[in-house]
Amino acid sequence: MKVWALHSAVLLALIVAQSLLPPYHANNLSRILVLAVFAMGYNIAFGYSGLLSLGHALLFAAGMYGAGMLVHHAGTAALPALIVGTLAGGLMALAVGLLALRTAGVSFMIVTLMFAQVGFLTILYFNGVTGGDEGIALTAPQRQMLGFDLTQDTPRFWVALTLFAVALVVKLALVQSRFGRLMLAMRENEERSRMLGLNPYTIKLQILVISGLFSGAAGAAYALLFGYLGGSFASVQYSILPMLYVLMGGAGTVLGPLLGAGLMFYLVDIASGLTSAYLMVVGAALVLLVLFAPKGVLGTLRDRWLPWLP
Amino acid sequence: MSFGPYLLLALMEGLVKAAVLALTAVGLSLVFGVMRVVNVAHGAFFMLGAVLAWTVAQYVPGPPVFGWLAALVIAPLIVAAIAATADVLVLKRLNYDPEATIVATIGLLYILEQAALSLFGPDARPVPAPFTLKLQLPWFGYSGYKLFVVVATIAILLAVWWFMTRTRAGLVMRATQVDRQTARAFGINVDRVYAGVFALGAGLAAVAAVLLVPISQAHYLMGGDPLLLSFIVVIIGGLGSLRGTLVAALIIGLSDGVISMFYSPTLAKIIATAAVAMVLVFRPQGLFGAKA
Repeated sequence: MKVWALHSAVLLALIVAQSLLPPYHANNLSRILVLAVFAMGYNIAFGYSGLLSLGHALLFAAGMYGAGMLVHHAGTAALPALIVGTLAGGLMALAVGLLALRTAGVSFMIVTLMFAQVGFLTILYFNGVTGGDEGIALTAPQRQMLGFDLTQDTPRFWVALTLFAVALVVKLALVQSRFGRLMLAMRENEERSRMLGLNPYTIKLQILVISGLFSGAAGAAYALLFGYLGGSFASVQYSILPMLYVLMGGAGTVLGPLLGAGLMFYLVDIASGLTSAYLMVVGAALVLLVLFAPKGVLGTLRDRWLPWLP
Repeated sequence: MSFGPYLLLALMEGLVKAAVLALTAVGLSLVFGVMRVVNVAHGAFFMLGAVLAWTVAQYVPGPPVFGWLAALVIAPLIVAAIAATADVLVLKRLNYDPEATIVATIGLLYILEQAALSLFGPDARPVPAPFTLKLQLPWFGYSGYKLFVVVATIAILLAVWWFMTRTRAGLVMRATQVDRQTARAFGINVDRVYAGVFALGAGLAAVAAVLLVPISQAHYLMGGDPLLLSFIVVIIGGLGSLRGTLVAALIIGLSDGVISMFYSPTLAKIIATAAVAMVLVFRPQGLFGAKA
C-alpha cells in the first residue's frame, strides 16, 4: 500500500511540476521522463538482474528507427509506430540475447558493446535510408497522436507522462511478482537457481526482452516526441547514459532511474552553462559514484532508512 | 592501374594497418593479461599520446625529427604517469572488480577526452613525419615512413616479448598474473606491479600514438577507433596472449585493408566487429588463448 501511495504521489508531483515550471524546464521534464523509461529498462537488466550491458543504445535505436522509419518512409500514424518501435526493441533484445547470453561477466559487456557498435555502423552505412549521422527530422503532420499535437509542449508532456506512468506501473508489478524474485536470483546466485531446477538462460533472455521493450518504447517515443532520429542515438554514449542514470539514482530501485535521469540532466545542463566541459561532468560522476556510492541515492536511502522501497 | 598493383597497394595499406593494430593492442592485451582489467580508457591514453606529441613538436625547434624524437620520449612518460596515478587513486580502491573498473575507466575516458578538448581545442592537428622518404614502385609511390612504422612495430613487439619472458620485472608480472595471492606470499608488492603494468600499458599506447600521429592527425576524439580495433584484436587473439594479438592484427589489418580499398571502410568495420562478437560468443578464450 505504502509503495503504491509513494509512486502515485511521484506521478502527481510530476503533473504539478509541469504546470508550475516555466516552459523551458517543463519541456526538459518531458525529455527526462522519456530517458527515465529508457533507464528503467536498463535497470531491469542491470539493477535487478545483474546483466551489465554496454549495448543498450542498440535497443533504444531499434525503437527509434522502428518507429521513425515507418513514419518517415511509410507514412504510418504515430501510435502504431510507437507500438512497432516498442516491439522492435524487444525483438532486437531477443536477437542479441540469444547470442550474448551464452557469455557472462566481462565477455557479456564486450559482446553487447560490439553488437551495439555493429548496429551503429550499420545505421551509418545505410545512410540513404536512415539519414546516417545527420539523421531525419519528422514533420509536424507526422507527429500527431490521438489528437495530441506532439510539436507542442503540453500535449508532449502528457504523452511522455502517460508512457512513464505505464512503464512505472508495469515495472512495479514486475519487480513485486514471482518473476521479480527470479530476476534477483539471477543477480545474486545464478548457480543456486540452476540447482533449484530453473533455467537461467531462458530467464535472462526474458529479462533482456522486457528490458528491450522498455528501451524500444523510449526510443520510439523520443523520435516521435522530439521529432528527430539520428545515428548518434545508437552510439556508445547512449549505452553509457542509462547506466549512469541508474547508478546515480540507485540500481535495483523502481524510482532510481527517474531520479538519476533528472539529477544527471540538470547536472549536465548547469555544468554546460558554466563550462563547455560537459563530458568531464559525466566522467567525474561515473568515477565518483563507483568509488563512493556504488548503490546510488535511493540504494543508499534504502539501506539506511527505507527497507521497504522496491 | 590494373588489378595486381591495386591489390598490392591494398595489402601494403593492410600491413600498415596491422602494425597499427598490433601496436595499440599490445598495451591493452598486457593490462588485461596481468591485471584482468578491461581498460576502456586505453583509447584515451592513445589519444593523449598523440596530442602530447603535437604539443612537444610545437616547442622543439629544428627539423621535425628532433620534435618527433623528443615526443617519443616525453609523451609516453607523461601518459604512463597519469595512468599510474589513476590506478592508485581509483582502480586500486575498487579492488580491480571487473565491472566496477569498466565503469570507472569509462569515466576516466570522458575526463581525459574533455581535458584534451579543453586544453588543445577541437581541431585536428597534423604532426610532420620525422623524415619524408618515398618508395617509388613502378605503379605508385609509397610513403617510406609507413614502412618504417611496420619495422618499428616489429621491434617494439619483440622488446615487449623480451621484457616479459627474459627479465626479472617480466617474471614478477607473469607471477602476479598466474596467482596474485601466492605472488604476494613470496614478497612481491602486487600493488606496485599493478600500477606498473597499468602505466606500461598506457605508455605503450602513447608510443603507438607518437609513431602513428604523422600518418593520421592528433584529435581529441581519435581514441575511439583504436580502442574498438584493439578490443577486436585482443579478443580475437585471445585476451592476454601476445602471439594471438599479433596474428589477429595481421588477419584483421590485411582484410580491413582489402575490404576498405575495394568496398567501404564502414563495411570493413561492421564485419570485423560482428566477427569479434561471434568469436566471444562461440569461442570465449579467443582463437589462441588458453582455456580460462
